[in-house]
Amino acid sequence: MSTLDGKVPAGAIKDKWTTYKDKVDLVNPANKRKIDVIIVGTGLAGGSAAATLAEQGYNVKAFCYQDSPRRAHSIAAQGGINAAKNYQGDGDSTYRLFYDTVKGGDYRSREANVHRLAEVSGNIIDQCVAQGVPFARDYGGMLDNRSFGGVLVSRTFYAKGQTGQQLLLGAYSAMNRQIARGKITMYNRHEMLDVVIVDGKARGIITRDLVTGEIERHSAHAVVLGTGGYGNVFFLSTNAMGSNATAAWKAHKRGAYFANPCYTQIHPTCIPRSGDYQSKLTLMSESLRNDGRIWVPARTEDVDAIRKGSLKPLDISEENRDYYLERRYPAFGNLVPRDVASRAAKERCDAGFGVNATGEAVYLDFASAIQRYGKEQALLKGESNPSDARIKELGKDIVKAKYGNLFDMYKQIADQNPYETPMMIYPAVHYTMGGIWVDYNLMTTIPGCYAIGEANFSDHGANRLGASALMQGLADGYFVLPYTIGAYLSNDIRTGPISTDSPEFEAAEKEVTKNMNFFVNNKGTHSVDYYHKKLGSIMWEKCGMSRNEKGLKEAIEEIAELREDFWKNVSVPGDANELNQELEKAGRVADFLELGELFAKDALNRNESCGGHFREESIEQDGPQKGEALRDDVNFKYVSAWEYTGKPSEAVLHKEELEFNDIELKTRSYK
Amino acid sequence: MNLTLKIWRQKSANVKGKMVDYKVADISEHMSFLEMMDVLNEQLVNGGEEPVSFDHDCREGICGSCSMFINGEAHGPVKNTTTCQLHMRSFNDGDTIYIEPFRAKAFPVIKDLVVDRSSFDRIQHAGGFISVNTSGNTQDANATAIPKHDADLSMDAAACIGCGACVATCKNSSAMLFTGAKISQYALLPQGKVEAKDRAQNMVAQMDEEGFGNCTNTGACEVECPKGISLSNIARMNRELLSGSILG
Repeated sequence: MSTLDGKVPAGAIKDKWTTYKDKVDLVNPANKRKIDVIIVGTGLAGGSAAATLAEQGYNVKAFCYQDSPRRAHSIAAQGGINAAKNYQGDGDSTYRLFYDTVKGGDYRSREANVHRLAEVSGNIIDQCVAQGVPFARDYGGMLDNRSFGGVLVSRTFYAKGQTGQQLLLGAYSAMNRQIARGKITMYNRHEMLDVVIVDGKARGIITRDLVTGEIERHSAHAVVLGTGGYGNVFFLSTNAMGSNATAAWKAHKRGAYFANPCYTQIHPTCIPRSGDYQSKLTLMSESLRNDGRIWVPARTEDVDAIRKGSLKPLDISEENRDYYLERRYPAFGNLVPRDVASRAAKERCDAGFGVNATGEAVYLDFASAIQRYGKEQALLKGESNPSDARIKELGKDIVKAKYGNLFDMYKQIADQNPYETPMMIYPAVHYTMGGIWVDYNLMTTIPGCYAIGEANFSDHGANRLGASALMQGLADGYFVLPYTIGAYLSNDIRTGPISTDSPEFEAAEKEVTKNMNFFVNNKGTHSVDYYHKKLGSIMWEKCGMSRNEKGLKEAIEEIAELREDFWKNVSVPGDANELNQELEKAGRVADFLELGELFAKDALNRNESCGGHFREESIEQDGPQKGEALRDDVNFKYVSAWEYTGKPSEAVLHKEELEFNDIELKTRSYK
Repeated sequence: MNLTLKIWRQKSANVKGKMVDYKVADISEHMSFLEMMDVLNEQLVNGGEEPVSFDHDCREGICGSCSMFINGEAHGPVKNTTTCQLHMRSFNDGDTIYIEPFRAKAFPVIKDLVVDRSSFDRIQHAGGFISVNTSGNTQDANATAIPKHDADLSMDAAACIGCGACVATCKNSSAMLFTGAKISQYALLPQGKVEAKDRAQNMVAQMDEEGFGNCTNTGACEVECPKGISLSNIARMNRELLSGSILG
């Protein structure tokens, strides 16, 4: 076991990034034209990086598996993006955003990276507005804000419930400008299946053209992975169906350490599953917790009646409702961070208070908000004696303006009208804080291979705050990587084009082709989904919201067995030289079957509860925090970075000790 | 419920396709349409047959990947709804459902229900952006007040998911709703006004080059658009185009 150097610059935290930028090596414009950069993934991180590097003069080759870069899954982010603009004058600052993010991450992120993120957050909003992103505005024409969980200020910028869409379309538009100039060559419907290392440096990738099946070699002076998270290891998650870990996992197998794989965010407000055929879960934005109140019935007889259908939630009086977040966490109430809210929902459902047939749902209720807004509107309109119906009507209009598209989506899926009856929600896998280990430069342990956005591990610790994923993706792509990658590429100005004829490319291509041929020729007995669902169920049962030693040990064994069975008995119809969606899935599930095992191993190693990682063995035994998660800073104040050695369960642990010089380590309390 | 599906099968772009009949049983009304397709595909894979290829990704109605002409309507029978958000409760036991790809000259079929919509990307390359560099030194986001009304209208236009339902449903296979929405989003904002006229001309020229048809104001695109993009965006596009060509 060795220790890892995060390469954090010296100096006071508020000066580190400025000093770094002042002193970093630059590449002159004429030389940038001689340098190629590969970017895999075109979400907020990859898309913004591609646009910015191309704008600076590098030759960018960008890859996405979708039919257009505009469809990357960042598009589905709903609620908003944080920035320390303090437009509301409510006491926000760079320091406060930094502090909230480190605390929200349960003190498991790297301070210097988070501070840099907070520093550039304001620039992101400026940049996006300049690009024509239509953020919500107030009647004075100024930008509007809302609040998200785990903070006491309003710093979240939004575009209805479609903020991710609008930010991604902004990055896509910036890409389009560079595609038109010939500075980005865009490869749609291409999947990266390996990274190629030449003389110890990442010098290219192997891809499969998803339409023709052709295996291709692409070279560059550096390779950037903006390929998102691995939530689909659970099969059911809020990720897109195609979201996968293959690019990240291939890099891991080639030498990139994988950090904190067990840090998974289970989002508290998703639409509950309705049956075994379920293919994915749908998020209801955290912004709804600004106005929605979460509750379950306080009496078991009411729960039984609700489940039988003989009682409606509206029939339960106030005193017989348990607003459990407001009860347990009076300071933050319904706006506690996601990990806390999810565990509290699970606690109530495990105790038998879940409100749908599966027993896995709680209510998210907007009746109070509709009343409050209705009364306010009546006053504003000078209506002195409004009827109850009129108050409700006015209140609904406001709620509709704020969350209309989310309410419509809920209605389409759940077939219930959330303006009239509370939503039913339950936690679901949403985001992975873990990812490829990177240093301060965002470089992985493979020289010349970078990881940005959700694909890396650095900024969110053990729990990500709402509206911070969009911030990190764009910060990495627009404002961080374009500086840090120059330091590396400045050594490559005399290298010249990288050949794809080397033995390394040859060998990597051969390996990929062999794998593809194996799948279509295997003629096994079970579909790819059969294995993916089995893996998902092991992960959810044993590596989900609550984890213990016994379960994790079982998971490691069960996943290894499942993987062996997969390689014997998986069936993939069709050919390798055509559009073959089953073949695409097979490659991704093969990698999830390895990642899942490492995930469980990491969770087993980390015998503390922190953020989204909850170990049943590590709970506060008494005092005001009794029953809450117990972090262990003495033994676990480090990043676990795993080195691949041929078998996930035998991965070697490397530690990066975390230092907190600017924030005092405290028990995270939202009470 | 038990259903008969008549689905367009086409091995590849250059091979002739045909409608093929399939049966699926025990479909729950709570399933999404694509989950019903998953059931069919699982059935086909287990029987050693090739599953039906179709584009899909987020399954939340926002990425714009899913398409499908269902019983003669883009994204099926429910208004303001993508195929992935369509649920089987909109169908009845014993129904026969016709499932075809989005058809247009500018959207050639790749396989089964998967079509090539890269022509949409090329329209965007022609001008779907504001020319601003990523310097970190643009003016403060609140330096220019933008009337809420304009910002809201711009947002409504920007909500387009680029799925192509407008093209598939138009008898002329016109892409004017798609192109008009992008042109409008920028034309409505002060930061987009500088390039507004060139943008309209360049994007419309590319649209024509891709082989999309013209608009004859039937309004089918607006009716079938899963995001409710308004026809007034086409009018705004034509105004930008006209004022650009007259005033230069």
